[in-house]
Amino acid sequence: MHGRPRKTAKAEDLVASAAKAEKLRQLQSQLLRNHNDRIYNKEALEICSKLLEVNPEVYTAWNYRKLAVQSNLESCGDHEVVQSIVNQELKIAEIALRRNPKCYGAWQHRKWILNLGSDKADFDQEFRLLDQLLKADSRNFHGWNHRRFVVALKNVKEEEELNFTTEKINTNFSNYSAWHNRSVILSHLMKQNAPGFDPREKVLTEELEFIHQALFTDPDDQSGWFYHLWLLDQIIARDSPFLISSWPAHGTELILSSNTSVKDFQHFESTEYAQDIRALPIVLYFNQAVKGVNSTTVTVESIFTENVDLIWKPLSASNSVEAHCWVTYLNISERDCNSLEPYSIKVSFGNTQGLVSSDGCPLSYACQCEFSLKISPHSPGSCSKESNVNMVHWDNENFSRSEFLQIRPFLMSYQRQKIIANSELLISEWCSETLSREIMLFRKLISEINCKIAKLTLGRLLIARNFILSRGIQLTKNRTHFEETLQLYDDLIRLDPSHIGYYKDQRSLVLMDQVTSDEESLRKHCWLPKELSLTSAGQSVCLRLNKLSLTRIGFVERLLWVNVLDLSHNELQSVEGLEAMQLLSHLNLSHNKLSSMTALEPLRPMISLQALDISYNEIGAHSIDTKRYQCASSPLSHPAGTCGDVQGFEDFDPEEVKLYWDAILIFKHLHLTQLDVVGNPILNEPFSSLMIRLVPSLQWLDGRPAQQS
Amino acid sequence: MAEATAGEHPVIDPSSFDLVVSGTGLVESLVAAAASASGKSVLHLDSNPYYGVHYSSLSPQSLSSFLQQNAPAAADDDDGPRQPAPKSSVGVAVDLQPRRLYSHVEIAGEVPEPSRGFLLDLSGPRVLYCADPMVDVMLRSGASHHIEFKSVDGSMIYWDGKLQMVPDSREAIFKDKSLSLTEKTQMTRFLKLVREHITSEGGEGEEASKISGPYLEMPFVKFLEKQRLPPKIKLIVLYAIAMADYDQDNPESCNKLMDTKEGLESLSLYSSSIGRFPNAVGALIYPIYGQGELPQAFCRLAAVKGALYVLRMPASSLLFDKEDKAYKGVRLATGQDINCHRILMDSSSVVPPPFPSPDPLESTIEASHASKVARLVCITRSSLHPQLSNILIILPPRSLFPAQETSIRALQLGSGLAVCPPDFFVVYCSTKCDDAIRGKEHLLAAMNALFELPGGKNEQDEHSGDLYINENTSKSKPVLLWSASYVQELTEGCSLSSSPMPDGNLDYGSLLKSTEKLFHSLYPQEEFFTASRPSEEEGDGITEG
Repeated sequence: MHGRPRKTAKAEDLVASAAKAEKLRQLQSQLLRNHNDRIYNKEALEICSKLLEVNPEVYTAWNYRKLAVQSNLESCGDHEVVQSIVNQELKIAEIALRRNPKCYGAWQHRKWILNLGSDKADFDQEFRLLDQLLKADSRNFHGWNHRRFVVALKNVKEEEELNFTTEKINTNFSNYSAWHNRSVILSHLMKQNAPGFDPREKVLTEELEFIHQALFTDPDDQSGWFYHLWLLDQIIARDSPFLISSWPAHGTELILSSNTSVKDFQHFESTEYAQDIRALPIVLYFNQAVKGVNSTTVTVESIFTENVDLIWKPLSASNSVEAHCWVTYLNISERDCNSLEPYSIKVSFGNTQGLVSSDGCPLSYACQCEFSLKISPHSPGSCSKESNVNMVHWDNENFSRSEFLQIRPFLMSYQRQKIIANSELLISEWCSETLSREIMLFRKLISEINCKIAKLTLGRLLIARNFILSRGIQLTKNRTHFEETLQLYDDLIRLDPSHIGYYKDQRSLVLMDQVTSDEESLRKHCWLPKELSLTSAGQSVCLRLNKLSLTRIGFVERLLWVNVLDLSHNELQSVEGLEAMQLLSHLNLSHNKLSSMTALEPLRPMISLQALDISYNEIGAHSIDTKRYQCASSPLSHPAGTCGDVQGFEDFDPEEVKLYWDAILIFKHLHLTQLDVVGNPILNEPFSSLMIRLVPSLQWLDGRPAQQS
Repeated sequence: MAEATAGEHPVIDPSSFDLVVSGTGLVESLVAAAASASGKSVLHLDSNPYYGVHYSSLSPQSLSSFLQQNAPAAADDDDGPRQPAPKSSVGVAVDLQPRRLYSHVEIAGEVPEPSRGFLLDLSGPRVLYCADPMVDVMLRSGASHHIEFKSVDGSMIYWDGKLQMVPDSREAIFKDKSLSLTEKTQMTRFLKLVREHITSEGGEGEEASKISGPYLEMPFVKFLEKQRLPPKIKLIVLYAIAMADYDQDNPESCNKLMDTKEGLESLSLYSSSIGRFPNAVGALIYPIYGQGELPQAFCRLAAVKGALYVLRMPASSLLFDKEDKAYKGVRLATGQDINCHRILMDSSSVVPPPFPSPDPLESTIEASHASKVARLVCITRSSLHPQLSNILIILPPRSLFPAQETSIRALQLGSGLAVCPPDFFVVYCSTKCDDAIRGKEHLLAAMNALFELPGGKNEQDEHSGDLYINENTSKSKPVLLWSASYVQELTEGCSLSSSPMPDGNLDYGSLLKSTEKLFHSLYPQEEFFTASRPSEEEGDGITEG
């Protein structure tokens, strides 16, 4: 079963196996002849039984038996004969399983016959057999599968099956199957609020107590940790989705202007990509992926939306119908631009049905966001398309730090949202207490023993607790232990290099959480651009998250207000998440590890993006985007190919399409004025010329004026 | 096999043997079986009408009378003038003096009926580890065909006035409810360390995981402290797994400290015992029908190989051959003289040293620290554990009273082992001691702690009542119905023609070692049970527990 060394065959064994093969061949050919001639009499079945006794892996023989049973049942209706057929078949399957307890064909046959003669089968015998089998090998998953099947067929109480898993775990707790079955049964019982399994907090606390015994007895045994992970997931289970962030935030006042000066700290600058119509994005960010966001589930009340059906778009890299983040664009027409009165805009949802989580849970509460929009008169000509834009430099000397920098207003967009949310949604005290208790326990375990999986679990617990607490009102209080979590992942990277990618991703998320967790830490990364080109465009603050060894991006919901973002000198392989940052106009991704154009997919919906720096990456170095395939459901279902973009290709030379289709798909939607690609293998003369044609608004390419041909 | 009745005085024919063994105790039976297996002609005598001598399992009545017989009588006529021995054809006849092994015999209570249903061990408590060398000898010799075992369900340790299960395996640690989570981690980490050491010693594991020499020489208790084990785990490892006899924290008993090598060997034996036989639940097994089955199994083996058995036949004197300067014969109680090349007498009689040579074996047999072992046999009507009936109980030093110097071991057996009628339990206790009175004090304290003494004789005991920790049913202590307590001498070593007496240990390990040495000194050329049977037959005779 497990851990048995293979013995080399001796000479006499070889002779025996040759004789066995000869016998097998004979039986097999006889069986095939019978099968072909549809002979289902007793002698023919006997041959089949003999064959299966020697080799239970002959699928044809099992199939033949099924046909024989069917034919024999049809020809006779006698109760006793039926009974004897069922018994006979169960016997054959049993013999085969005694020979090889993991024989798929035999298990399948047994299931089939039980289904067929469920009123005839002796279930006690079935359970006795299963007990024997699981005693011989308590980890035989076929046995567990069959047990679940029989239990369903016989309608055994789930409580009894739960006790069975307890019994098996008590004999040997290193048993993935038993823990798994336990989780399946428990989730069902808790969902039904079965007597004794309600409230779920009580059940989960008891289960934690139980699994701790296994984890602390042998921390190196992995099966228990899987169950613990499942429990952890149950504890922080989020049934109903809710809004965690939006842009504009509730209660903010926006001043819309294309002028250079910053009128108010609560501001928004619309820039020249739109001439007579400005599109004001409204971004809703939920705690989990939701679907059904549309004009019937979300009402937007304002004078701009009268008689307009707003279209909500999911912002997600996989382009599905579900997303954490949804956006709509409010068209602000020229005629509105001259009023000095602020317009009120009210976004409300949750009153009607339809907006649900991916597993169908409705919103936990109705929500309303209200903000005002003031449109300041703009100087004529300032938003003409022809105006020249200065080149943006990302060098350090172009930024200065300011102690007095006011970033509070930006943060408020995030914090205020919290406060509204919290008034309705109290974080479960049990949940945070449970997590704290777990954290203390595993800290102790790590102090006793050097165990990778314990460290990983502690890291996950710390992250989970931060996640839970960040729902609450205390944004900064209790949200510490970042250093501890980072240290844990640093240790893991050192201890377990084979999973370095995962650890680095997790570490990046923790770091992002830390950086964005409060005003003070965020301020350290906020810089003032000296460069006129940035300030003139109204961008007052640049968020610089460079040189942090980030491999991925997270907590974007706290950064929806950011216009200028510097992510250079990291280890980014993917920029998933950035798509939510609808206000982003300047983005620096240079000196990262982006390996293909498809990695830039999240940038496609970023309609405000003007300056993009992807220099010094690895784009073009790999023929296949291997990183992407890890996340996508199937390597064949490339999301870009599925959304009707394919027509766009006819303007291009087929050779160009073949080489640069991914670049075309991404860049033709962007209204860039500046692009830096230098330092990527993909860069060459044809590529540059393609870019210039593809992005008509482009004025600077790799530091040189882009010359439109 | 031939059995003689006392009255008939049969003449044994032939009158010459390679080996004459007197007493059918375990050691003698092993030697007899091994000798017959090597083709020697053997005459095996016993003065009693049953097998086993000090290793026998007897009815309560027989146990009492055996103890009293073997206790020094008030008016022992030792000093009476000896009859000059009649001249023998072989040599000088030297009279055998009886050795009184037992003292301070106290029998209390009434034996419940049916009293014939009890089979009480004389040298209890004693069990076998599944990986015991004794088990190997039984498998190798074929004695396992004559005997069946059942497993001991578990061990308990007495601490803080409570009995709690000993977490001795990964599963037991998992299920244990008295250890804290951290203690569980520490315990398994330690067991893992030991296991790695054992495999590396066996040449399989990595050399790095081997515990090195300087560590092996330090006291085991110091080693455990170095492993940062908390006091409770230390206690469990020392007394309930490594079976240390003396208080290891007491500097006065420093000559009785277990060293790390010894400790690790015990742990190794324990851990390799767990899971050796699929039907055994723990590390320990016990023979059905009692300990007395063991010597009998070897006697049967010897008889099968041609040894002649005569019960109720005492040897009265040994015949000394002046030329060979050795004992060359035995004079039976019937007066018949038997010639032989080798003689082995059990420890019931004192064999006068064959003058003039000093005994060459005396120094080679390991010296036991204590001179005595105090034993107690009890009969109760209820179990010490609400669910289990066959359990080993350890009462470690200082657990009963501050001055308790030795560990007391108790073994409770139920009717499943056929040693008592249904619904009764037999409990054996023992502790080593230098002073009989101290030893009996220890046993009395254990009795007080475990049982309800009849007539409310219990000493003031704050913990009386609920004895179990974390067990569902809390019932009162079992009531003691009958008990026999006695103190047994431990003679130091044995001589060439005299076998050692039962030791104060829980297992047969050191007895077997002495027996092997004894056999090799009797027959230096012969092998002690040739390995005729392959190890495939392991598990024979271990019945479902």
